[in-house]
Amino acid sequence: MEYSSTLEQEKENQQLGEAVQPWQEETAASPQDLGPESSGPWEAEWTPDPGPLPRSSLAQTLESGGRVAEQAASSSPTSPQRPLPALARQDIGAPRQLNGVTRGTLDAGTPLSDPPGESADARVSAPPSQSRQDTTPPTQQPNSSSNPSNPKELRPGSVQEEDWSSRQNRAQSGPRASEAAPSTLEIAVQNAKVYLLRDSSKTGLNLYDHLSNMLTKILDERPENAVDILENISQDVKMAHFSKKLDTLQNENEMLPTYEIAERQKALFLQGHLEGADQEMEDEIAENSLPNIMESTFYFEQAGVGLGTDETYRIFLALKQLTDTHPVQRCRFWGKILGLEVNYLVAEVDLREGEDEEEVEEEDVAEAEERDTGDSEADKDEEGELPKPFYKPPQAIPKEESRTGANKYVYFVCNEPGRPWVKLPSVTPAQIVTARKIKKFFTGQLDAPIISYPPFPGNESNYLRAQIARISAGTHVSPLGFYQFGEEEGEEEEEVDSGRDSCEENPDFEGIQVLDLVESLSNWVHHVQHILPQGRCTWFNPIPRNEEEEEDEEEKGEEPDYIEQEVGPPLLTPISEDLEIQNIPAWTTRLSSSLIPQYATAVLQSNVWPGAYAFSTGKKFENFYIGWGHKYSVDNYTPPVLPPVYQEYPSGSETTEMDDPSVEEEQAFRAAQEAAELAAEDNEETGEDEDDDDN
Amino acid sequence: MDSESLLLSLELAAGSGQGLSPERRAALLTSLQLVKRDYRYDRVLFWGRILGIVADYYIAQGLSEDQLAPRKTLYSLNCMEWSLLPPATEEMAAQMAVVKGRFMGDPSHEYEHTEFQKMPAEGEKTFEDDVVVQVKEETRLVSVIDQIDKAVAVIPRGALFKTPFGPVHVNRTFEGLSLSEARKLSSYFHFRDPVGLKNKTLLEKADLDPSLDFLDSLEHDIPKGSWSVQMERGNSLVVLRSLLWPGLTFFHTPRTRNHGYIYVGTGEKNMDLPFML
Repeated sequence: MEYSSTLEQEKENQQLGEAVQPWQEETAASPQDLGPESSGPWEAEWTPDPGPLPRSSLAQTLESGGRVAEQAASSSPTSPQRPLPALARQDIGAPRQLNGVTRGTLDAGTPLSDPPGESADARVSAPPSQSRQDTTPPTQQPNSSSNPSNPKELRPGSVQEEDWSSRQNRAQSGPRASEAAPSTLEIAVQNAKVYLLRDSSKTGLNLYDHLSNMLTKILDERPENAVDILENISQDVKMAHFSKKLDTLQNENEMLPTYEIAERQKALFLQGHLEGADQEMEDEIAENSLPNIMESTFYFEQAGVGLGTDETYRIFLALKQLTDTHPVQRCRFWGKILGLEVNYLVAEVDLREGEDEEEVEEEDVAEAEERDTGDSEADKDEEGELPKPFYKPPQAIPKEESRTGANKYVYFVCNEPGRPWVKLPSVTPAQIVTARKIKKFFTGQLDAPIISYPPFPGNESNYLRAQIARISAGTHVSPLGFYQFGEEEGEEEEEVDSGRDSCEENPDFEGIQVLDLVESLSNWVHHVQHILPQGRCTWFNPIPRNEEEEEDEEEKGEEPDYIEQEVGPPLLTPISEDLEIQNIPAWTTRLSSSLIPQYATAVLQSNVWPGAYAFSTGKKFENFYIGWGHKYSVDNYTPPVLPPVYQEYPSGSETTEMDDPSVEEEQAFRAAQEAAELAAEDNEETGEDEDDDDN
Repeated sequence: MDSESLLLSLELAAGSGQGLSPERRAALLTSLQLVKRDYRYDRVLFWGRILGIVADYYIAQGLSEDQLAPRKTLYSLNCMEWSLLPPATEEMAAQMAVVKGRFMGDPSHEYEHTEFQKMPAEGEKTFEDDVVVQVKEETRLVSVIDQIDKAVAVIPRGALFKTPFGPVHVNRTFEGLSLSEARKLSSYFHFRDPVGLKNKTLLEKADLDPSLDFLDSLEHDIPKGSWSVQMERGNSLVVLRSLLWPGLTFFHTPRTRNHGYIYVGTGEKNMDLPFML
């Protein structure tokens, strides 16, 4: 049905087209200027003809440069023989060509032709906005350049336009008169034409030229039943097309990012071969340091968490690269933090002795800075006797030593497996404290600034490190009994501080039944130290130093701080004691498979840090985080309250002044002075002093 | 994501950590076929899952021939037995506005919400009454899915086209976005009835192709920056992540027909977005 209707239309079109020809020639002088585009290929055909066609030359020159020339060359075998017929043919051919165009567009859309006027327009019209931007120079040039110079050239094209549009209305919208404003139709036609004129990226041909070439061929050769062998004609035309391979000035050196990353990742896969020599050495190190990611990935996959197999394997290789190039004692794939532009893969690493020389330097620098600031303050002291600000920033809480507390591990991040690993700086308590108050997306650039209301001390790498510390402290859990307190160490710690801050693997750990792990949260314990509100794992008392240096006044202000020592849950506390968030339990446990429970693993999922998971098969366990790096809260984020406004100095005797001395007082004073004239000149001085005081 | 190419799609969307366990995957592959047969859908999409505290909801959607027609939504707790959800209404959305927090994972769970309602009474007095509003979780599920669909369901430009009769069909000739287009938000559309299109000026409309550009594009989403566009695996995969509804991942391999979206999340809208950018 549909098909037949289109066929009818086509026939109608043809008939009409032929019928219209004379009229078209009469009205050829219409002022519209859409033409040259459409007449382009036609002119191209007869360009090379030497003499007889003077009016052609101007227009084409600007029009389409090399491409047209090529075409001209290719079609020249037919044209030079009959220059005059070519002229004639141009007029005859134009409508035909247009028929071809319409047919082409009609066929391009689906051949449904029912709601006639609009739908036809819709189908024909408007290649996408981008395509319009892409419009190739040859199609734009004629509009701009050739129009004003030789108006005669415009005729055929403009005729075609009008002709075509009117025919469209007649043929397709049938009885319904077209209300479509001519301007939209024109635009639609133009868009359609631009679409047809778009060069193919492979062959450089475009459909418009191809159709016109085909029609030329058909008209030249006049085969019987042309419609039946249309496909063959099309093929012939394509094969007869001659295209010159022009040398471009530069070699196209396409460096897609795809290739770049592939090149980098190739290095990952090849690294095994390169270091074949010291295989034994490698074995020693690698066995200890490189985690078996694939194994834990398998278990996480059972739980429905993970990155996909090939991605994980690349990360595995990247970790191998990390352990080969750094003095790593123990390594773990911490997880993935999503960013806006790129993501972070995070590796948790325990470096061997002889690590961080850089950090020492950093500290030196920091100290030097402190000294500098101290000096400058001293300078100010000398300069003036105006009161100095009393406000002192609260005692900076020092960061924990590397290998202890929140800095127990070193973290390396990279954006994609294959890219270099970057070591994150160690975290300071101030950063953790601030990070608790803000909620920002990671951008993926480590040096991006963090713009937030409590100013964040550092850039994104510090924020990332702080979030990692918080997430680790909150969500790294192990089955009860896997870790135990090291006895010797533990005792020492106990003396020093209330909580022990390290634990070691229990060699006698015998595993816990998976079902027990699922049923009871108390079978899971934290094995990473809790981070105090202060931002450290171990309590640092900021007061004692103050006491030595400062006087009583200071102490009063900070007394409350001094009294309460912040204590958190000690190490190896069961997670059943974790705080709930508004009736939502902190953890959810599941069995990875409900159908085959005997081989299932226990899956633990944090509700406080969405994206943090842990699994345990009873003996093995692993923690993993993937997500945006934000804590969950039922309520929306609210920016922290502004700090209290400092009260002004209370008005008292020190700030209020007496009235100026009145005349009487001065006179009385003078009288008294005169009375005391007997006394020596000392008195005068004291008198002056008193005056001063009064003022 | 299409139920037919579920495995490939899952692999592609895995970058966000949103996978399915092998058990669930196998179950889905089986049961979605049956859903398609029993409910006579033209296409079945695996929509995603909403994480509850006790259990997760697995959501599938059935599409009829017209891709933009109202979709039927089904949910399941075990990926095998699917139940049809009622269509979402405005009223539900209004009710849901008061409920916050995580889903429980039990469709019959009732959220209780006490509301202070001012009851007009005789004279000028008004009583303040505590009215306990009870909302079933199933209703909330319907409303949340509907909201997510309306806000962040995505298709690439050109994957659907509008037929002259009006219905919207899958475009067979769609060959994927080109690399340069894939980076732009303007080449992705909302997979729902257009809302903002009518408000466009004539000038903006002039460039549109009526058969392709009949949907709202993502680039005008409010607030600006509610999408994160990433090229992963060295440009061979575009991943769009919604920041407004964290958990929605859209993926598309440029120059292929592979595209789809999946939601794995708690079903809560991220109202903190402006603070976080």
